[in-house]
Amino acid sequence: MSESYILSILAFLPLAGAFLLLFMKSENVGLIRFWTLGVALANFVVSLPLLWLFDASNPGMQLQQKYAWISSLGISYHVGIDGISFWLVLLTTFLSVICIVSSWSVENKVREYMFFFLLLETGMIGALISLDVFLFYIFWEAMLIPMYFLIGVWGGKERIYAAVKFFIFTMVGSLLMLVAIMALYYININAGGDATFSILEWYKLPLAPSVQMIMFAAFALAFAIKVPMWPVHTWLPDAHTQAPTAGSVILAGVLLKMGTYGYLRFAMPLFPNAVEAATPFMMTLAVIGIIYGALVAMVQKDVKKLVAYSSVSHLGYVMLGIFALNPQGVVGGIYQSLNHGISTGALFLLVGVIYERRHTRMIEDFGGLSKSMPWYATVFMVVTMSSIGLPGLNGFVGEFLIMLGAYLASPVAAIFAASGVILAAGYMLWMYRRVFFGECDKEENQNLKDLTKLEWGYLLPMLVFVFWMGIYPGFFTAKMEPTVDAWLKQVDDKRIACSELVDENPIAMFFTEDVSPSE
Amino acid sequence: MDFQISDLSLLAPHMVVTGTALLVLLVEAFRPGKGRSDATYLSILGLLVAAGLTLKQFGAPASTGFAGMLIADGYAAFFNMVAYVVGILTLLVSDSYFRSEEYEHGEFHALMLMSLVGMMLMSGSNHLMLMFLALETMSISIYAMAGYMRTKEGTESSFKYFLLGGASSAFMLYGIALLYASCGTTSLTGMVEYFSTLPSLSDSPMALAGIALVAAGFCFKIAAFPFHVWTPDVYQGAPTSVTAFMATGVKAAAFAAFFRIFVVAFPIASGAWTSAFWVLAVATMTMGNFAALAQRDVKRMLAYSSIAHAGYLLIGMVTATSEAGTGMLFYLISYVFMNIGAFGIVIMLGKKGEDRTTLEDYAGVGFKKPLLGAALTIFMFSMAGIPPTAGFIGKFLIFKAAVHEGYIWLAVLGVLNSAASVYYYLRVLVYMYFRESESESGDVIRTSPLSILAAAISVIAILVLGIAPGYLVQIAEAATAAF
Repeated sequence: MSESYILSILAFLPLAGAFLLLFMKSENVGLIRFWTLGVALANFVVSLPLLWLFDASNPGMQLQQKYAWISSLGISYHVGIDGISFWLVLLTTFLSVICIVSSWSVENKVREYMFFFLLLETGMIGALISLDVFLFYIFWEAMLIPMYFLIGVWGGKERIYAAVKFFIFTMVGSLLMLVAIMALYYININAGGDATFSILEWYKLPLAPSVQMIMFAAFALAFAIKVPMWPVHTWLPDAHTQAPTAGSVILAGVLLKMGTYGYLRFAMPLFPNAVEAATPFMMTLAVIGIIYGALVAMVQKDVKKLVAYSSVSHLGYVMLGIFALNPQGVVGGIYQSLNHGISTGALFLLVGVIYERRHTRMIEDFGGLSKSMPWYATVFMVVTMSSIGLPGLNGFVGEFLIMLGAYLASPVAAIFAASGVILAAGYMLWMYRRVFFGECDKEENQNLKDLTKLEWGYLLPMLVFVFWMGIYPGFFTAKMEPTVDAWLKQVDDKRIACSELVDENPIAMFFTEDVSPSE
Repeated sequence: MDFQISDLSLLAPHMVVTGTALLVLLVEAFRPGKGRSDATYLSILGLLVAAGLTLKQFGAPASTGFAGMLIADGYAAFFNMVAYVVGILTLLVSDSYFRSEEYEHGEFHALMLMSLVGMMLMSGSNHLMLMFLALETMSISIYAMAGYMRTKEGTESSFKYFLLGGASSAFMLYGIALLYASCGTTSLTGMVEYFSTLPSLSDSPMALAGIALVAAGFCFKIAAFPFHVWTPDVYQGAPTSVTAFMATGVKAAAFAAFFRIFVVAFPIASGAWTSAFWVLAVATMTMGNFAALAQRDVKRMLAYSSIAHAGYLLIGMVTATSEAGTGMLFYLISYVFMNIGAFGIVIMLGKKGEDRTTLEDYAGVGFKKPLLGAALTIFMFSMAGIPPTAGFIGKFLIFKAAVHEGYIWLAVLGVLNSAASVYYYLRVLVYMYFRESESESGDVIRTSPLSILAAAISVIAILVLGIAPGYLVQIAEAATAAF
């Protein structure tokens, strides 16, 4: 099947583009920008045929490609997508184009900036399409490198602190997951399986609940840091605030989704009994994240930091939906993670617009902007409404589905989470009022230029999706639902099959020789 | 003791390298090599010829010679290859360094080649006496190399290394003597036979003491805690290219002999030494990493980081399976590339009489010299074990083998250590890319085609081994299959 190459092209076209970039003269800024945009656009165009190549009624992995890679360890290059990853891949290719357009204003070290951006796209798509756990881990970690540089070189004042914190937080979690991955590899072999890192094979592996708990803890921590869930979220406000605009957009839009995606693809289907046991705990964390994020957002003086904390809150909804473990909740969770990519991405872009004009993001420095920048204020209003879940815009659909799912699973959690919606309306509208309404009393705010053509160029596509996803969600959910149904069934079947397994010594039993270091 | 002329064929690569060393000395005597790189080219040629001879050993059945003292198997062949790589890369980075320091003498090359012969014999020794002689051959050359530039720091470094190295050799020799007293032989095969007659090792406390002393001797050479105290001073004081050579070659050769001797000859005592090594491994990597965190000097940071790397490798010693051996082999070859590569960059950034190795000297260098910056970035990421580099695959293989044997906590401590190490490796990048340059450092760098070649080889090797490690993994698996 020739179309099965599409996923590999998507993953490696940006990489190839990035390397060609290195041969261009760094003074030739125009060429570099257009080349990068061309690569990102080409990748987006290549990703569009997925819309019809992807068979929505098929819940399994599609467009698979598999080659042996490190054959003596059973590691293969194995890629494919299903309804869970499908829209995330498209979101990545779409947001990459938007980000590159919005990066037109980057003047400093443009070549290196674009180079890292394209590397980042390779890392993100690679992680989303990997069906081999080892391959996934490589992309998952490699993704950190370009983001680290984007924050550290092109970021704000505290960029070094933010970049290092971002890197080390993520690294600690992933390394513990790596140990769990290695243990699973041997557990699978000792259970009579082939030496393989294929996630599809690992799904079939029966594990005693006690073993699952340990493994789930390692996986869940790695993904929780990435999501980020309260209380391991502290790297996010720093990274978001310090990153350049496009970096924040891609961080919010795609990188955070890697965490929720990791739960759906790895942590939950591999360890369903652990999920069952941990659900109250995870839901509690999610709800705390929702309310905590909202409350902290409310007191922020910096618009960007406010949006960053709202991310913590929104990702709490996503986690709540996923752990509701019913079709509404999971579809809602995936939908909300797409929404968040669009709405929060757009908010970061809008913050970037005003920052370029005023070089400040402090709420107190603004006021009455609706007079000097009416179009900007309008777009900002629409995106704000989408972020707080106004019916008819995208945010509503996701939140509604999540609430529905959460209510079916745990009414208490749903009630607490609903208070987050009210708080969200509070902090967003309050911020909006202080920035856009009132007297335009500061002189430097009075003659600000409204949106330029370039800015319209990247904001308009985002607005299209804000409305499209709000008015006609069926177009999007149709591609997810069969997979989500099958996923839920798979999780449930495995949970029942494993629930009777006993294992006194959770880890050691699976190893042929029981060597303990205390001998 | 019977000796056959055919035994000499086992020594062919060693003889080529020795011959090259003598030839270099002769050429140097008749044509002092000021301003030319003759000695370098000649030495590299010799190493390449030896590599060609060693290549034949891969896949061939293991054979012993000299009354079973020397063994030629895939394992020894692998470490001989590591020695050639260390030798060639060190020669490449030394060339412009010693020229700019006005210390270009062929004696350096001869000493280094002699030391390499010692390393090669260590990995092939099947007998504690041969191992000890090889260890001394290697070490004595290095004592001289460390003080080669006759600076104050260099002399101090050389003398310190010599005194402590002498003491550690004494330990080891005493251990060998005790083993001889209890086993009646110092050949590995003989000792295994003797131990197999013992119901348990507690019947022979003398042998146990001997094993412990031999282990202490090795721990000194690999710079394991608490035998590491010499490392930072010696590494910092020695000429940078010698530091690179010591940090990689000595470590690889010592681990080669360490692993073979303990896994082949002392499995009976494994209960005792695995738990001791467990503690040593954790202490070594933790101590190395935490000390490295505090360093403001890149050369000294690399010295402490080499202690941490010894700790990761000790995890392989604890595990002591052929799978762990595969990991160690892979890790060591990756370590050679990333470490010599990094020291090569450190050399490039210095100038005559002034090493410029503080972090401030690296500020802004990444954008001033993009290629140099990119190379050091790749070396740092590889040392930190971040994919897609060889360092990641090496760590993965070692930790995986530990997990396989149930050493989950050891693996967890290992990965937490590598997470901590990320901080100081990234700090180099923070200075190179995230800070503006305040001095003229990086404006002029001392490079030559040879040192650029060394960096290029290392970068390519790290990326290739990181992205397509399958082939080398297979070779390493075959080399350790016998253990």
